[in-house]
Amino acid sequence: MKLVDYLPYLVAIWLLLIGLYGIVTSRNLIHAVTCLAVAQSSTYVLLLSIGYRRAATAPIFLDVPLGTRAVDPVVASLALTDVVVGSTVTALLLALAVQIHKRTRTLDPDQLRSRRD
Amino acid sequence: MTPSVRRWTFLVAAAALGGLLVWGMSGLPPFGDYHGVYGLLLNEVAVPERHATNVVAAVTFDYRGVDTMIEEFILFAAVIGVAVLLRNMRFEEEHEPEEQARGRRVPGTSNAVRVIGLTLLGPIVLYGLYVVAHGHLTPGGGFQGGVVLATGALLVYLSGEYVTLRRVRPQAFIDLAEATGAGSYVVVGLYGLVVAGSFLANFLPLGKIGTLPSAGTMPIINLAVGLEVAAGFTLLLSEFLDQTLVLDSTGRRT
Amino acid sequence: MAVLPALPVAVPLVVAAVMVGAGPLLRRRVADTLAVATAAAVVGIGAAELAQTLGGPVVTWFGGWTPRSGIALGVAFVVDPIGAGMVTFAGVLMVAALTFSWRYFETVGTLFHALMLVMLAAVVGFSSTGDLFNMFVFFELLSVAAFALAGYKIEDPGSLQGAMNFAVTNSAGAIMLLSGIGLLYARTGALNLAQIGTTLASTASDRVVTVALVLILVGFFVKAAVVPFHFWLADAYALAPTPVCVLFAGLLSELGVYAIARIYWTVFSGTFDPRTPGFRAALIAGATVTALLGGVMCVLQRHLARMLAYATVSHVGLTLFGIALLEPEGLAGATLYAAADGLVKAGLFVMVGIVAHRLGTLDELELRGRGRQIWWAAPLFVIGALGLAGAPPLGTFVGKALIEEGAKGGRYWTAALFTVVSALTAAAVLRVTARVFAGWGAGEPITGEVPAGGGVAPASGGQVAPSAGEAANGGGEVRSDTGAGHGDEAQERELRVARTKVGPSMVAPALLLLGGAVAIGLVPGLSDRTVVAAARFADRAGYAATVLGGAAAPAHAEAPTSGRLLEAAPWTATTVALAAAGAWLALFGSRIPRALRRTGARLAGPVVRALEALHSGNLGDSVTWLTIGSATFGIVLAAVLR
Repeated sequence: MKLVDYLPYLVAIWLLLIGLYGIVTSRNLIHAVTCLAVAQSSTYVLLLSIGYRRAATAPIFLDVPLGTRAVDPVVASLALTDVVVGSTVTALLLALAVQIHKRTRTLDPDQLRSRRD
Repeated sequence: MTPSVRRWTFLVAAAALGGLLVWGMSGLPPFGDYHGVYGLLLNEVAVPERHATNVVAAVTFDYRGVDTMIEEFILFAAVIGVAVLLRNMRFEEEHEPEEQARGRRVPGTSNAVRVIGLTLLGPIVLYGLYVVAHGHLTPGGGFQGGVVLATGALLVYLSGEYVTLRRVRPQAFIDLAEATGAGSYVVVGLYGLVVAGSFLANFLPLGKIGTLPSAGTMPIINLAVGLEVAAGFTLLLSEFLDQTLVLDSTGRRT
Repeated sequence: MAVLPALPVAVPLVVAAVMVGAGPLLRRRVADTLAVATAAAVVGIGAAELAQTLGGPVVTWFGGWTPRSGIALGVAFVVDPIGAGMVTFAGVLMVAALTFSWRYFETVGTLFHALMLVMLAAVVGFSSTGDLFNMFVFFELLSVAAFALAGYKIEDPGSLQGAMNFAVTNSAGAIMLLSGIGLLYARTGALNLAQIGTTLASTASDRVVTVALVLILVGFFVKAAVVPFHFWLADAYALAPTPVCVLFAGLLSELGVYAIARIYWTVFSGTFDPRTPGFRAALIAGATVTALLGGVMCVLQRHLARMLAYATVSHVGLTLFGIALLEPEGLAGATLYAAADGLVKAGLFVMVGIVAHRLGTLDELELRGRGRQIWWAAPLFVIGALGLAGAPPLGTFVGKALIEEGAKGGRYWTAALFTVVSALTAAAVLRVTARVFAGWGAGEPITGEVPAGGGVAPASGGQVAPSAGEAANGGGEVRSDTGAGHGDEAQERELRVARTKVGPSMVAPALLLLGGAVAIGLVPGLSDRTVVAAARFADRAGYAATVLGGAAAPAHAEAPTSGRLLEAAPWTATTVALAAAGAWLALFGSRIPRALRRTGARLAGPVVRALEALHSGNLGDSVTWLTIGSATFGIVLAAVLR
C-alpha cells in the first residue's frame, strides 16, 4: 500500500477537516462561509479521485475512437452537480451574512448572541 | 463554549474523525484503479445509443437527467432565496448610482481596463454560446457555458460600466429568462412523459454522431440550462452589486 | 411506465417557475390560490399513489432507461406505501401552511410561494426516489429552499443568525452525506439503492462500507436533529415565519428519519444484520438521549415557538427510537407516530402563530391571562397537548403502542421512556395553555429558584435574564449572560409581533391538522396495514427484485395488532396524569414548601444552567458538536460492526 496510491483521499480528508476547523475558529461570518466552501471541495476531490483510471483520457469520443480507455463519466457528472450545489449554497450564505451585517453591524459569530430563552 | 475550549475540543474530535476516515478510506481501491460497472458500461454504450460524443454530458442530461433538472432548480431556488434575503425593507430605498457617487471616493477605472474589458465582452459571450451549444459533443454544456455568459455581465461591471448595465438590463426580463430556462426543462420532461411514456424520455431524432443537431433532446436541454444558469448568475451578481446602492431613510449607506 | 410518480415533482416545479417568470404580473390572491391548488393537487396524486402501491411498489425509470442485467443505467422513482404516505402528508402540510399564510403575511411577493412549492417538490422527490445520488440532490434542493425560508424575516437579526447556523450546519452534514455516497459508489460501482443493496449483501462488510454508513447516517442525523447534531434547530425553527415553521416541524425532521430507515433497510440490511449486538443499542442510545434532552429543553423555554421546536427534537428522538428497533413493527409504529405527531406539531405551530398574530407576543409570561380574547383556541391547544402525550384517539397513541409492541423484550423500558418524554412535552403545552388562557401561575419571573418535585421541569420564569421592561422579581438568581442591551432589544423584537385579527383562513389549517391527527387514530385497521407496508419496506431482497428485475412484490402476511395495542393504555393514562401534574407544578410551584424548593434548585440549577449555556446558538459550537458527534458515533459503530 503505497502512500501515493492514497494521497488524493488523504487530501480530501485534510480539506474537510481544515474547512471545519476554519468554521469553528472563525471570527468573521464571510470567512466561515468560505471555509465551508473549502470543506465542500473535499467532496470534489474525493469523487473525482474515485473515478480516475491510470493512463486514461477524458470520456469524450469526438476525436478519439470509441473504446479508448477513459475515466468514469459518472463521477464527473456527480462532481458537476456538487459544484453547482456548493456555489449556490455559498451565494445564499453570503446573502445571509450581508443582511446580518446590515442589521447588527458585526460579522463576528462570538459577538452575535443568538436568542436563547 | 469559550473560543479556546471550542478550539481544543474540536481539535480532539477532528483528530478522531480524521483517524476514522483514514482507516475507512484505506480500504478503497488505490488511486487510478477504478473498475466500477456503471461508468465502464456507460463509456461503451453512450455514444452508439445516444449519438453524443461527450459521455459526461450524456450522463448528465440523459441517463441521469432528472438529477440535473433538480440541480438546475437548486440554482433557481438559491437565486430566488438571495432575492428574498436581500430584498429592500420598507425603510430602505435604492438610489441611483450618480447620487451615490457624489462625495464617495470611487477609484475610476482606467481607460485601458475599460477598453480591454469591453473588447473582451463580445468574444466571451460568443465563447459562452459556443460552449453551451456544443455540450453534447465536446467538454462543456449548459452549466459551464451559462457561467461563462454570466461572467460577461461581471466583466461589464469590472470595466466600470455598471451604470450602463443597470439601465440596459431590465430586471423583469432576466427573471423571465431564468424562469423560462428552468421551466422548459420540466416541460421537455413532461412532453417526454406524454409522447414517449416516461418522464424526460429522449423523443427527438438522434441525428448523426458528431454534428450539432444530434443526441435528440440534449441540445435543447443544454440551451435551457444555459439560459437559466446565465440569467441566474447575472441575477445573483446584480443582487449583490445592488447592495452597494441601498441607503436607509437617513441617507446612510447600510 | 407509471405516470404518477414524476407528476408531484414536476407540477410544483413548473408552477414555481411560472410564478417567478410572471412575477409582478401576478396579483397576491392569484398567487395564493395557484399555490394552494398545486399543493392540493399533490395531495390528490399522493392519495392515488397510496392506492396504487398497496399491491407493491410502483417503479418508474426516468428517460426510459430500464436496468440491464441488474445494472441500473438511469434514475428510478420507487414509490411504496410509506413513500406515498409521505407525499400525501407533505401536500397536506403545504396546503395548511399556504392557507395560513393567506392572512398571516400582510404583503408577500410571489417568491415566497415559489420557494414553498420548490420545497414541496423536493420533499416529494426525496420520498419517492430509489437512487442514492438522486436522494442527495433532492435533499440539497430541500435544504436550499429551507435556508432561504428560514431567513425570510430579514428584519430580525435573530432569525437571520438562526438561518445561518441552520445553513452552515446542514451543509456540513450534506458534505458528510456526499462523502459517504462517494465511498459507497467506490465500493459498489452503483448509485441505485436496490443495486447497491444487492451488491453489498453478497460481499463481506469492510471498513469502507462501515465508514460510508457512518457518514450517511451523520448526514441524516443532522437533518433530523438527533443529539448532538441538533443545536441549529431551535433558532431556525422558532424564528422562521409561522407557515414555514409548520412545514419544518411537520416535515423536515421526519424526512431525516425516513431517510435513515430507507437507507438502512434497502442498502445496508444485507451487510449489517439487525441482530448484530450493539448496533441496535447504539442507535437506541442516540434516540433516547435526543428524546430526553429535547423534552427537558422544551420545558425550560418560555418562548412558545422555541418550546415547540424542542418538542420537535424530542419527538423525533422517539420516532427514531421506533426505527432503531430495526424491525417492521417498530418501523410501522414510527411511521404512524411520525405522521400523527407531525400533524399535531404543525397544528400547534399554527395555534402559536394565531396567538402571536392576535396577542402580539410569543413570551409565555407576558401572555398570562391575555388568551381570554381567543378562548376558543384553548381546547385546540389541549388537543395538541394530548397528541403530544399520545392519548387516544389521536394517531400518536397508535404509533406509540406499535413501537412498544415492537420493542418486545424491552417494552417496559420503551414504555417508560415514552411516558416520561411525552409527559415533559405535554406538560409544557398544558402549562402554556393554563397560563395563557386561564391566567394561572405567575406572570413575572419567579426568582431563579426551582421548585422541587419528581424531576419535572422548573418553573418557566427562573431561567431568563429579565429583558428590558420586565420586572425582575426581587433579585434572586439572575441567570447569566444574555448579551445586554443589544440582545434584549432584539429579543423584544422577536417576542413582539404586529397584532391583528385572526381570520378563518388561519384557524382552518389548525383544525385540518389536528383533525387529521385524530383521524389517523380512528382509521380502522390502519395499524395492521402499516405493519404489512413496513414489512415490505424492510424486505431488501423483494425490493431489489421488483426494482431491478421487474418481479411482482412478494406478499406479506397480515398479523392483526389492534387487540394488543390497548395494552399501551395504562401507560398513556400515566403519561397524561404526569403531564397534568407537571404543568400544575410549574404553575403553582411557589406553593411548595421553601425547603423542598431550595433543594430542588441546588440539584437542578447547575444542570439547567449548563444546558442553557450549551445551547448558545453559536455557529462554531454547532459545528464542533457535529464533529464530536461524528467521531463518537463513528468510532462506536466501527467497533460494533467489525
